[in-house]
Amino acid sequence: MYAHLNSFFFGYYPYIALTIFLLGSLIRFDREQYSWKAGSSQLLRRRQLRWGSNLFHVGILVIFVGHLFGLLVPSTIYAFFGIGYTAKQLLAIILGGVAGIACFVGLTMLIHRRLVDPRIRSTSSAADIGILLLLYAQLTLGLLTIPLSLGHLDGSEMLRFMAWAQGIVTFQPGVADLVLDAHPIFKAHLFLGLTLFLVFPFTRLVHIWSAPIWYLGRRGYQIVRSKRPQAAE
Amino acid sequence: MSHFLDRLNFFRKTVGDFSEGHGIVTNEDRGWEESYRRRWQHDKTVRSTHGVNCTGSCSWKIYVKGGIVTWETQQTDYPRTRPDMPNHEPRGCSRGASYSWYLYSGNRLKYPMVRKRLIQLWREARAVQTPVAAWASIVEDQEKRERYTRVRGQGGFVRADWAEVEEIVAAANAYTIRRYGPDRVAGFSPIPAMSMISYAAGTRYLSLLGGTCLSFYDWYCDLPPSSPQTWGEQTDVPESADWYNAGFLLIWGSNVPQTRTPDAHFYTEARYKGAKSVVITPDYSEASKFADLWISPKQGTDAALGLAMGHVILREFHLDKHSDYFQDYCRRYSDMPFLVRLVEQDGRWVPERQLRASDFADGLGETNNPEWKTLAVDERSGEIVVPNGSIGFRWGEQGRWNLEERASGRDEVRLRLSLLDARDDVLPVAFPYFGGTPHEHFQHSEHPDVLERNVPIRELDLPEGPVKVATVFDLFCANYGLDRGLGGAHVAKSFDEDVPYTPAWQEKITGVPRAQVIATAREFAQNADKTEGRSMVILGAGLNHWYHMDMIYRSIINLLVMCGCVGQSGGGWAHYVGQEKLRPQTGWLPLAFALDWGRPPRQMNSTSFWYAHSDQWRYETLPVASILSPTAPKGDWDASLIDFNARSERMGWLPSAPQLRTNPLEVVKAAEKAGKDPKDYAVEEMKAGRLEFSCQDPDAPENWPRNLFVWRSNLLGSSGKGHEYFLKHLLGTTHGVQGKDLGETGGQKPKEVVWHEQAPEGKLDLLVTLDFRMSTTCLYSDIVLPTATWYEKNDLNTSDMHPFIHPLSGAVDPVWESRSDWEIYKGIARAFSAVAPEVLGKEKDLVLTPIQHDSPGELAQALEVKDWKKGEIDALPGKTMPAMVVVERDYPNVYKRFTALGPLMGEIGNGGKGMAWKTGEEVEYLARLNGAVTEEGPTKGMPRIETDIHAAEVILTLAPETNGEVAVKAWESLGKFTGRNHRHLAVHKEDEKIRFRDVQAQPRKIISSPIWSGLESEKVSYNAGYTNVHELIPWRTLTGRQQLYQDHLWMRAFGEALCVYKPPIDTRTVAPVIDKKGNGNPQVVLNFITPHQKWGIHSTYTDNLLMLTLSRGGPIVWISEDDAKAAGIEDNDWIEAYNANGALVARAVVSQRVKPGLVLMYHAQEKIVNVPGSEITGTRGGIHNSVTRTVTKPTHMIGGYAQLSYGFNYYGTVGANRDEFVIVRKMSKVDWLDRPAATSDATSSQTATGSAKEAAE
Repeated sequence: MYAHLNSFFFGYYPYIALTIFLLGSLIRFDREQYSWKAGSSQLLRRRQLRWGSNLFHVGILVIFVGHLFGLLVPSTIYAFFGIGYTAKQLLAIILGGVAGIACFVGLTMLIHRRLVDPRIRSTSSAADIGILLLLYAQLTLGLLTIPLSLGHLDGSEMLRFMAWAQGIVTFQPGVADLVLDAHPIFKAHLFLGLTLFLVFPFTRLVHIWSAPIWYLGRRGYQIVRSKRPQAAE
Repeated sequence: MSHFLDRLNFFRKTVGDFSEGHGIVTNEDRGWEESYRRRWQHDKTVRSTHGVNCTGSCSWKIYVKGGIVTWETQQTDYPRTRPDMPNHEPRGCSRGASYSWYLYSGNRLKYPMVRKRLIQLWREARAVQTPVAAWASIVEDQEKRERYTRVRGQGGFVRADWAEVEEIVAAANAYTIRRYGPDRVAGFSPIPAMSMISYAAGTRYLSLLGGTCLSFYDWYCDLPPSSPQTWGEQTDVPESADWYNAGFLLIWGSNVPQTRTPDAHFYTEARYKGAKSVVITPDYSEASKFADLWISPKQGTDAALGLAMGHVILREFHLDKHSDYFQDYCRRYSDMPFLVRLVEQDGRWVPERQLRASDFADGLGETNNPEWKTLAVDERSGEIVVPNGSIGFRWGEQGRWNLEERASGRDEVRLRLSLLDARDDVLPVAFPYFGGTPHEHFQHSEHPDVLERNVPIRELDLPEGPVKVATVFDLFCANYGLDRGLGGAHVAKSFDEDVPYTPAWQEKITGVPRAQVIATAREFAQNADKTEGRSMVILGAGLNHWYHMDMIYRSIINLLVMCGCVGQSGGGWAHYVGQEKLRPQTGWLPLAFALDWGRPPRQMNSTSFWYAHSDQWRYETLPVASILSPTAPKGDWDASLIDFNARSERMGWLPSAPQLRTNPLEVVKAAEKAGKDPKDYAVEEMKAGRLEFSCQDPDAPENWPRNLFVWRSNLLGSSGKGHEYFLKHLLGTTHGVQGKDLGETGGQKPKEVVWHEQAPEGKLDLLVTLDFRMSTTCLYSDIVLPTATWYEKNDLNTSDMHPFIHPLSGAVDPVWESRSDWEIYKGIARAFSAVAPEVLGKEKDLVLTPIQHDSPGELAQALEVKDWKKGEIDALPGKTMPAMVVVERDYPNVYKRFTALGPLMGEIGNGGKGMAWKTGEEVEYLARLNGAVTEEGPTKGMPRIETDIHAAEVILTLAPETNGEVAVKAWESLGKFTGRNHRHLAVHKEDEKIRFRDVQAQPRKIISSPIWSGLESEKVSYNAGYTNVHELIPWRTLTGRQQLYQDHLWMRAFGEALCVYKPPIDTRTVAPVIDKKGNGNPQVVLNFITPHQKWGIHSTYTDNLLMLTLSRGGPIVWISEDDAKAAGIEDNDWIEAYNANGALVARAVVSQRVKPGLVLMYHAQEKIVNVPGSEITGTRGGIHNSVTRTVTKPTHMIGGYAQLSYGFNYYGTVGANRDEFVIVRKMSKVDWLDRPAATSDATSSQTATGSAKEAAE
């Protein structure tokens, strides 16, 4: 039974979550343009936002990029550059730890602000509050893995999760077995992480897709949007 | 196709660049632009406006999208003015632009609501009883009645259905009529011009019952009594376009950009054209920035300023140098050349009444009304003549009531203004001076209370003996303190002498440098002299709300008359307070007051009504002696203000409501039983003291008003001066009155009005309010009925400010269960007809009316004032007491009568302002236009008035302003009086008929009509008095001219025969509480000033989210930096303002623009939004009127005397409120009372004890 559940959560659930994440985002972008927003509450209350929001965003971006590269870059590449597993593990722990704590502090402020300020509270949807709490739980779990990781500085656990993640994105069969006997905290962290992808299209997280990064490399100060020939007007 | 796929063109997006790469061209998707286009797409637009007494009457486009009103924008399709004038548009303001918010807001009334305790009682009773019996069982049981009356304003409404509430209202009305009399059913609704059909709906219903319609213009203190006093006209003013024709605009106590927003552009345009402008206002107002010179006088002392300006103009343009134009104008169009008798009194010579033809042995050949014909000296012959045009010529003869320079027996006369060069003697004449009275907050001057000044006189040998007379002009100049070279005391040769009323004298009182006064007066007059009268004064509520507003106004009117400005384009008196100009008035009157079914209607002046019935008189602190003139003729002046009102009512001067202690239906029955004419019977019984006027004892339960309808009004949240007294005595609920009545303080009680030791609390059995929003008045009502908004009904709207007739149109049907006022009253009428037969059938009702202005009755007591009650004269209805008429009521057919145009229009006809004409053709026309009633019954064959549009067509067809044929008839009717042909003014428009759909298509200009004194033509803009000056139609005054000398006994008694300076009165409301209610914070005593605001129109919009967002979002007062510092108040602090009348809370706006010594609370900020509890009263907030109490003035009670005769909303006591002082201090504890009533401190207040706690159940 345990093996079956393991197979579902770490073998199939990732595909369900990622499918909903991608399709859901696509459908929402196409159908609900007015809902595609970050939903800032800055107008209602400025206090706690500058520190809270910046700490949170910087922290979580570092963590996100760390996870992305850490999990998906094949180990052969590290070997090519001569980075040992222990070094990579330590890098992950230190960088992730610092970013995680920054993110934790920021998120704590944001949650406090959202729940306590009556104006923000009453303009918040369940999803607005839920996603914050979900991130909070996931972040806490992530921070809890640090002591565990300190126990395997050889990077063996890390390699296991790299293999799993790369197995998932390359559609290899039976990858769930790789994490069958991982520590429950890691497994909970994996599950919640996948769940974040699952709920992503239903929350304000969709603003991540529209982060204004193109602005950095834009050309021209004045943009003229030409009147394209319309097909069926 | 797909937003996402469209984004996948990253590498092809940029298709070109320009400006060396600084700009790029892309071909990205532009579909998102559609959403902006859709944002402004709509299904239709409909023309409507806002019925809100803002005087705007602006044309608005109402947008409807998916069946929902979405927004509104200004219409810009007014008919063009003449080529040399700017256009009327844009018209509108931010307040109007936010109106659509109301339709679907939380504050919208959606269902009929009723007090839960009342509906419980009703259902219990109704289950076993017929409707009227059920109502009787509730209100006759003291405990049951108090169960709901004591919790008014404490919440407790439940939703009800229309049929049930209609039956309650109908049963209450029927019960009241049977038990007490129809005049105990009253209705208050203001300003018909803002939505005349909606107004008419209620008054038509009330008038069919015989109920009392209450006035508003006077109660609002928007009526300037000086206007009827001077011109015999309620108010008649230039349209705002005429400002453009002025060369000098004096803005005095009016804030044009803030309160005349849609008209302000004409002021700007006039300035661009080069008009000079001086703005006079104590605070630095929005208008001040338009000014070449801003004059800031001490508030309330404007009469001193006006008199000083008059002093300068008389000296420089009438005495030392002559302006031919001015002198000629004054000779022909004012009473200045007319002769005044001088009598000896206490060893002094005092001006008495104007000389009359009847003073001569043969009446100078006049047999018709010789005692009403005033006299002057002909300059050529030196003889005394009877000039055409005085009021005596108006009635009883034809053809000589005009302003031609003729007199009896002479084809050409030239009236002598001054006797200076033709004098027999010079006499020292006594003038009263009130400026020496010390006042805690106003400066006085050290001059005696009687000033004797030398006046040139002529001696006449009359049958009664030798009589000395002087011209008004000579008395007028003496009154201004001008030295005419006759020597004597109290006159000035130079402007620098400190003599009343020189520029030097006023400095101490007003604080204005004399140089400013002299320069302004001189330039004002110079401009008028060069342009023949194009100097204009725009004035308003800032001045008119003072107790002695008539002195302030007359000091300004005097300037205009001296300079020949009244009746000239671009000149004159532009008083804009209230949207009183009901342009199609004579067409509307029959509909509104059911004159098609019975005449006369019952109308009452509200100020006296509320003063009596909210028992404000029981707290009166103003002794009559303090306002009496030191030169008052001997008489019984030692009485209270309410005594004067009661005298006035019984002499037929002011109306009464209720009228008689006995039910008027019973009076007729008793007369018939006795076999006597009801009128004779009533007079007999009155003389015997068995039939009493209700005014003798307003607190006796038989004399209480019992049912009150309020619609289109927020009586308790806005206009109700003495708010807390209303709550205490009229409603009988929780209140904040802090002072004690005369019984407790031992003050001087009335002599003639009965005093009850125990004051009644809760006079009303039933208060019904119709509104579209939950206003303060609704909160205090027993039944609240949801009306259609201004975008949901068809109606008509007109204004003083432009000459167009405007529609209100239903853009959507009334939402939820709301109905238009017309449908609501129709429904009540239907229910009433069903309920009435239980106790009422066809009844005969004895109606008392005061002596009406513009009727032959206005010639009542010419020479003296005699009181029948004291046995001084016989009781003659319509002459020495109210007129009496028996009117037949058909109660079971009220509904049928309501919905058909009755027979009297065909039988008697129509008319107004003394004119009359036949309307047979119009009635026939209406029967074809609206269709005739086909159902069997008393109305078969009569024109239908089923819908609001039918009603509108009745008005438009009957009114000369909208039906050219009627206009021609009306001018012909006037021609018979004047002996002149006026047809040419309308004959070119004879075929024009304006229909309701026409005004919906585009606002239509009115047709010139003799109802008004201005013309609307292709040559001139509308300006008041224009036809008096240019068509030689007399003003409707004693002399037929602009009446500057008021010779009535009571006017002389109170020292107002000529304009004098009177400081504000002492209301004595601070001393009783200042040391008793402190909270430890420092206090300042400030004059409480309530001008019109920026973020609302009266109380409307003050609960509108958009306006609350633009302003501070709750009640505020403005206070000067000095006073704030003294009281330790900082900007935005919560403060409390209180006195013996009550208390209010607000936040302080501390500003340099406010003059020290006064606190500005912009009028009518509702207490339903963002208002905490008062520390003093323990109840929520208080409104601006919580600290006021109205004080009446005896000179406004005069009647039966030419221009000083009653007209509904034209004349009467006014609700002044500016003289009040309040104690201002910072609050220690701001309590929002956000608790259930059971634990709230609010319930610990004076009357509502246990019962209030249950209100929250």
